[in-house]
Amino acid sequence: MLKEKVMRFVFLLAACMAILSVLLICVFLFTNGIPAFQKIGVLNFLIGTRWAPGNDIYGIAPMIVGTIYVTAGAILVGVPIGIMTAIFMAEFCPEWLYKFLKPAVQLLAGIPSIIYGFFGLVVLVPLFGQLFGVSGKNILTASVLLGIMILPTIVSISESAIRAVPRSYYEGSRSLGATHEEAVFTAVVPASKSGILAGVVLGIGRAVGETMAVIMICGNQPAIPEGILSGARTLTANIVLEMGYAADLHREALIATAVVLFVFILMINFIFSALKRREKA
Amino acid sequence: MNVQGTGMAGILKNIRKPARKRKKPVLLRVLVWGCAGITVFTLLSLIIYILVKGVPALSPELFAWEYTSKNVSMLPAIINTVIMTVFSLLISMPLGIFTAIYLTEYVKKETLFIKIIRIAAETLSGIPSIVYGLFGYLFFSIFLNWGYSMLSGAFTMAIMTLPLIMRTTEEAILAVPDMYREGSYGLGAGRLRTTFTIILPSAMPGILSGVVLATGRVVGETAALIFTAGTATQIAVNPFSSARTLAVHMYSLASEGLHIEQAYATAVVLLFLVLLINFASSHFAKKLHKGENKA
Repeated sequence: MLKEKVMRFVFLLAACMAILSVLLICVFLFTNGIPAFQKIGVLNFLIGTRWAPGNDIYGIAPMIVGTIYVTAGAILVGVPIGIMTAIFMAEFCPEWLYKFLKPAVQLLAGIPSIIYGFFGLVVLVPLFGQLFGVSGKNILTASVLLGIMILPTIVSISESAIRAVPRSYYEGSRSLGATHEEAVFTAVVPASKSGILAGVVLGIGRAVGETMAVIMICGNQPAIPEGILSGARTLTANIVLEMGYAADLHREALIATAVVLFVFILMINFIFSALKRREKA
Repeated sequence: MNVQGTGMAGILKNIRKPARKRKKPVLLRVLVWGCAGITVFTLLSLIIYILVKGVPALSPELFAWEYTSKNVSMLPAIINTVIMTVFSLLISMPLGIFTAIYLTEYVKKETLFIKIIRIAAETLSGIPSIVYGLFGYLFFSIFLNWGYSMLSGAFTMAIMTLPLIMRTTEEAILAVPDMYREGSYGLGAGRLRTTFTIILPSAMPGILSGVVLATGRVVGETAALIFTAGTATQIAVNPFSSARTLAVHMYSLASEGLHIEQAYATAVVLLFLVLLINFASSHFAKKLHKGENKA
């Protein structure tokens, strides 16, 4: 009986580790990042458009704008293709093809971001550079690559959302005379929309948090981008690029950048779980 | 060809017409096939490109024991990757599996505490790897004074893979039929004994598939390891020495730009490992489903 009680306690302790980890992450990021907010000023830090560590000027507006541009681009590229692929896999795909397609999507999810980044660097950057006659390291390139990278997330979550729609929706629609395509697009897909939306939100989270791939293909200029063909630096890239040698306020400003990123991600996570709960209800 | 049939409005307009006059939504069909085609094409072109460029660059020197500035051997990095994976799994596996056992076998009600655990796990799985890297640097490397070391890296990776192992184990345990539990209790076994002799063995394929996925995360991780395990090029001799894994090695080669050939070769090895891991994971997952049918 004692053994039973001891092990119960051990299991409970293990279960507490997840909570402890989240707490530790919050505590250490915030305590190390908040001094920078105080010294630089929250507004100066968030909407300052100049990032010049050499002159002790720290404004991360360019990185926030860069992150938003790149993420928006990734959504424009990845979401339509992802949802259509999910619809195909759930409703149109012949069984023999599904056996290949499903592992392919899983594999796409398993490929490390460093390989995506390298592929972008040696294939997409020269390609887009030649097509548009500017440096290939720009927002458009990063958007296309990130769009590819969020595909598996969107596809797998959307697919299970579509499959979770009761079959009677489809059958009812067919029995009223709709064709297969019409039944799928007017009855089944609209019914799964909060699940699909959850997939898109999770994809946004991936795109915002992606680091190593973006850093290799986005140019990393710390200035507000002028258009989709100019380079940009994301919040994530800012941290990796300068953390290696930063000291004092510079270092604190980088940790504060991570705090901003962390808050973004927490908001996205919150929206995601709210959507998922709505899907279940 | 039908151009109108795509948008929702187009479909609705089309649907109201008598069947004879209706246009067949060919474009929709083309669209879904096309998008699935794009997905597959991207994957294949990535793999084929890396293989075509990388396989010729593979040479025996790249697997030498020593890394030198002349010969950027990847063998030390491969060995470090294995050590890193084993270390981090040793930490995250018991934690993840025990948590899952607690959530499924020991509590039945969704209390506030359980909800908080789930929210914590969900939060952990959404945090980007660079934030993990920074946290690991601030906590393990600086606060605990472990420096750039294998240990800092392994603990960071353990926290990162914890939610994944937890979730897959929980799913696998939930898939074990209640019949098994009742049978075991009926024979007089306690909860602990039932868990370890009946439930865990039946859920093993599912747990393994999660563990293999976690291995994949560790093998492919870069951002979280640069600031925790560092980028030293030699084989880690003790847990407190800095060591680069294969993915970090590849990032260094690719971003320095001096060894692009070797970066291709490293990419091939990395890709091969990922393929192997994916294959193993789905193999275990299939086994679990077979078990379900039998029960």
